[in-house]
Amino acid sequence: MPHADYVIAILLLLVGLYGMLARSNLVWKLIAMSFLQVAVIVFFVALAAKSGAGPPITGKEATPLARDYVNPLPHALMLTAIVVGVSTTGLGLALLLRIHRAYDTLEEAELLRRMRE
Amino acid sequence: MEGLDLRPAIAVAVPAAAAALTLLFGDRPRLREGASFLAPIATCAVLASMVPEVLAGSEPATALITLAPGFRLGLTADAFGMLFALLASGLWVLTALYNVGYLRATRERHQTSYYACFALCVAAAVGIALAANLITLFIFYEVLTLATYPLVAHKRTPEAITAARKYLAYTLGAGQVLLLAIVATAVLAPGADLRPGGFLAGTASDPALWVLFVLFMIGCGVKAALMPLHAWLPAAMVAPTPVSALLHAVAVVKAGTFACVRVVGWVFGVDLMRDLGADLVLATAAAVTILVASVRALGESNLKRRLAYSTVGQLSYIVLGAGLGSAAALAGGMFHMAAHGLLKITLFFCAGSIYVRTGKTEIPALEGIGRTMPATMAAFTIGALGLTGMPALAGFVGKWQLGLGSLDAGHGVFVGVLVASGLLNAAYFLPIVHGAFFGGSGGIRFDEAPPALWIPLAVTAAASIAIGVAPGAALPFYELAWQAARAVVAGGTS
Amino acid sequence: MTAHLPILIVVLPLAGAVLAPVVGLVSERVLRGLTLGVLLLAQLSALAALGVALEGGPWRYELGGWAPPWGIEYVVDPLGGGMAVLVSFMALVTAIHAARRLGGATGFATGVHHALYLLLTAGLLGIVVTGDAFNLYVFLEMSALGAYALLAGGGDRAAVAVFRYLLLGTIAAAFYLLGIGHLYAVTGTLNLADLAARLPAADPGVVATALALIVVGLAIKIAIFPLHGWLPDAYTYAPTAMVSFVASVVSKVGAYVLLRFLFFVIEAPGATGRALDLLAAAAAIGIVAASVMAVAQDDLRRMLAYSSVAQMGYIVLGLGLGNATALTGALLHVVNHAVLKACLFMAAGNLLLQTGTARLAGCAGIARRLPLTMAAFAIAALSMIGLPPAGGFFSKWYLILGALEQGATLYVAAILAGSLLTAVYLFRVLERAYFRSPEQAATPPPPSVASLAARAGEAPRSMLLPVLLLALVVLGLGVFNQALVESVLRPALAGMGR
Repeated sequence: MPHADYVIAILLLLVGLYGMLARSNLVWKLIAMSFLQVAVIVFFVALAAKSGAGPPITGKEATPLARDYVNPLPHALMLTAIVVGVSTTGLGLALLLRIHRAYDTLEEAELLRRMRE
Repeated sequence: MEGLDLRPAIAVAVPAAAAALTLLFGDRPRLREGASFLAPIATCAVLASMVPEVLAGSEPATALITLAPGFRLGLTADAFGMLFALLASGLWVLTALYNVGYLRATRERHQTSYYACFALCVAAAVGIALAANLITLFIFYEVLTLATYPLVAHKRTPEAITAARKYLAYTLGAGQVLLLAIVATAVLAPGADLRPGGFLAGTASDPALWVLFVLFMIGCGVKAALMPLHAWLPAAMVAPTPVSALLHAVAVVKAGTFACVRVVGWVFGVDLMRDLGADLVLATAAAVTILVASVRALGESNLKRRLAYSTVGQLSYIVLGAGLGSAAALAGGMFHMAAHGLLKITLFFCAGSIYVRTGKTEIPALEGIGRTMPATMAAFTIGALGLTGMPALAGFVGKWQLGLGSLDAGHGVFVGVLVASGLLNAAYFLPIVHGAFFGGSGGIRFDEAPPALWIPLAVTAAASIAIGVAPGAALPFYELAWQAARAVVAGGTS
Repeated sequence: MTAHLPILIVVLPLAGAVLAPVVGLVSERVLRGLTLGVLLLAQLSALAALGVALEGGPWRYELGGWAPPWGIEYVVDPLGGGMAVLVSFMALVTAIHAARRLGGATGFATGVHHALYLLLTAGLLGIVVTGDAFNLYVFLEMSALGAYALLAGGGDRAAVAVFRYLLLGTIAAAFYLLGIGHLYAVTGTLNLADLAARLPAADPGVVATALALIVVGLAIKIAIFPLHGWLPDAYTYAPTAMVSFVASVVSKVGAYVLLRFLFFVIEAPGATGRALDLLAAAAAIGIVAASVMAVAQDDLRRMLAYSSVAQMGYIVLGLGLGNATALTGALLHVVNHAVLKACLFMAAGNLLLQTGTARLAGCAGIARRLPLTMAAFAIAALSMIGLPPAGGFFSKWYLILGALEQGATLYVAAILAGSLLTAVYLFRVLERAYFRSPEQAATPPPPSVASLAARAGEAPRSMLLPVLLLALVVLGLGVFNQALVESVLRPALAGMGR
């Protein structure tokens, strides 16, 4: 299947968006958020991929050719994006801990009910 | 415009500075009241110093910082602007004296903000009068709105707060309409200064100009209390009487009518008005307002509310003059601005004195009051007769010119309106006068208001007689009005 | 040193953020000194860099000596430099106002608060000076993380509100990043100037997709109606001192990125036009709808939150109209609203601190007790309504002028209606504050509040002076608006506009 990587990225994106909007449990929402972030990462990595190319480590050939290597830049970018994603998830988890401690629930409907009290 | 003359800016800055000083030294009543005396006199003096030059045909002008591309904060002392600025600052001198007496007698609270807002109102009025372009005019117009708002709410009663809210809703709403009109004008004629004879002719299609005209009239008409946009004015009568005087005679309503006339004469120009057919529409609206307001005044039994409707009617004379567009009509209307200012402030001062002395506000309760407060009621009589258009009093001159002007313009029907209005004025004022002197029971027993209250009203009554007998001699209003009117008509044909 | 000014703008607060937790262990005084010091230096650097950019054109700075488009470059042009000055100024003023509120239980916690604040500021400054699309993403998320953490400091409700903000913010960032990915796919570059040069030759379909993704992402970040759902709760429950900063500059920086991409980077005639039209329409509806919502609120902070949505509408409407006049109005409103909204929120914060309530009913007679705070509030309020001579009037002047030039009468109506609605909800506050006495309040305050209310008078000087300063700036922006327009905004727009 051509472009399977893009299809996966799109599926992950949709799963992530759906989960964030439709799930009522806040933990689920956070997990869905990770799906979304992974979707973006897959998208960038797919951009970099070339069939038959290897990791961009030169030295084997006398004259390295660009077509023999995947594009390293998106990978580098995604390393940063992963760090950002981890930070966001960490902060989200910290917030969830506090919410749970305060309201003793992470179900959205229940939470809203308790907040109104 | 030769050279830079700072006097127009000083005339605005003095009352504004007085407002600021009042706020800063609010806890020292002597300083506060001192400022509230000195500032009006200084303002008046600065303005008066420019009168000879203006009458000689030059226009002292200041252009300060740039506000928007093509527009500077410009102040120019032309004849019409001088007329309004002189009127506002001159009446402010008397009102300042009256204020002190009134506030002391009624032991009003929040005097600091009262004096500050009052001074700011005058600053805004002078700014409107001398504004050289529409954006400058709008800035002062909105400052006036804001400065008047606390004055209307001054008593802090729920009724006063509601009235203030109504005032604000009307004027801010109108302000936005006016802003739209001004921005649209800036699109049509970028960076145009106000010019006798107008500058809009030929800039857009007739329907577009019509829309613009309607927007302008709504924007200015609210403050001018043109029917049906007048409802805030009677409601605002809950304010202390000097504030009512300020609203009617000195600043607010006058500023609205002033802006109307400015727009007609200095933005559109009488020729364009005639080409559009807007002149008759405006004149008719004014005529209807005159008659309806007079009839409504008959039905009011509260003295101040009756005066309020009388103002609605009287100010439409000025708009009528602008609508008719002939030199005599314009001059008559402009002169009536000054005449009405003097007459109406006399009436309000009287109403305030009566309230201070007796606490009475309803007309039936005033039976026989002429026997206890003869000086006050004598002045009231002068004011009332003046408004009916009795010869030898201030109101006559303007009406006479308006009548001539409407014949000049070929619309004799408006003479009928003037006559009918005079009769209606008599019908709602003279019963008060008659009742005061001849009605009720009880003998003669002097119980006048304190001097700080009766001196100002005596002065305004005397001035009303003076400019009625010899319009050109005592005060420069007549000359200024004619000069402005001629400039507008000439500007249109050139 | 002066050769490295562009990077100093970002590095100074960043270094401060690293040091802050450690310094917090030592002394709170030193910590405050550190925060104010780095922000002041960042402000001076930004001013100096802007000066250079205004005189000699954009200042391009190659990070680590790597030449663009391979390396990251920082660009201080009049637009970015102007934003940097605005952001660092607001950060400085807010830091003074918030000094007492940034405290934690321990010295370390206080240090962390300061660190987050500096991180947020560094992120915002990074966004406005970077010339690299991915670097911009990193700064966007850096500032967002700082904002989430600081806003969550307001209590349990704030945590819930911020969690929602975090989810939506992350969606927004993901959309932005996807958009950047598309642009990279068709051009092979991430340098903004390079992108601008190469995009006209790229596949228009991909560019249009990228544009859509970026615009939607930023629209969420800016909270453009109808994507503003996260904002009201977050602004209401978070600490007011921090909200005053977030409401003031975070959304403005988002608007800056939008402006940068729509007018300086992506040139896709059809698609840009459609995006602008859509933005303008959404903004116009948002101005009216959010203002109506603001009228319906009886909590001062919530009211101001909805008003932020409405006011951002003015800015985005200016972008959407897109002619030079409207863009000038949008940028002017960026400055005006940044200053005035911070002033309003700070004043509301002082009110809350001194009276214990931010309810509308609690404002009755408050002007007697906090005259200076309320005077500042009134000035900022008048500016927001758009009454002269305050600054807001002139941004609306340009916006209306721009809309009329475009013949967009409906948008003019929305602008004017928005002004009137703004007057309705703000004069409600002013009327209570100035004309009613406390005993006239509709509902008596609860006992706990009553005891707090005994603490009459103004807020501490460190909280009062910033509010007064901002009120003065609001007036100055009005009177001297033309100086700002001529010297900074016009060069910043560089003749842009459709």
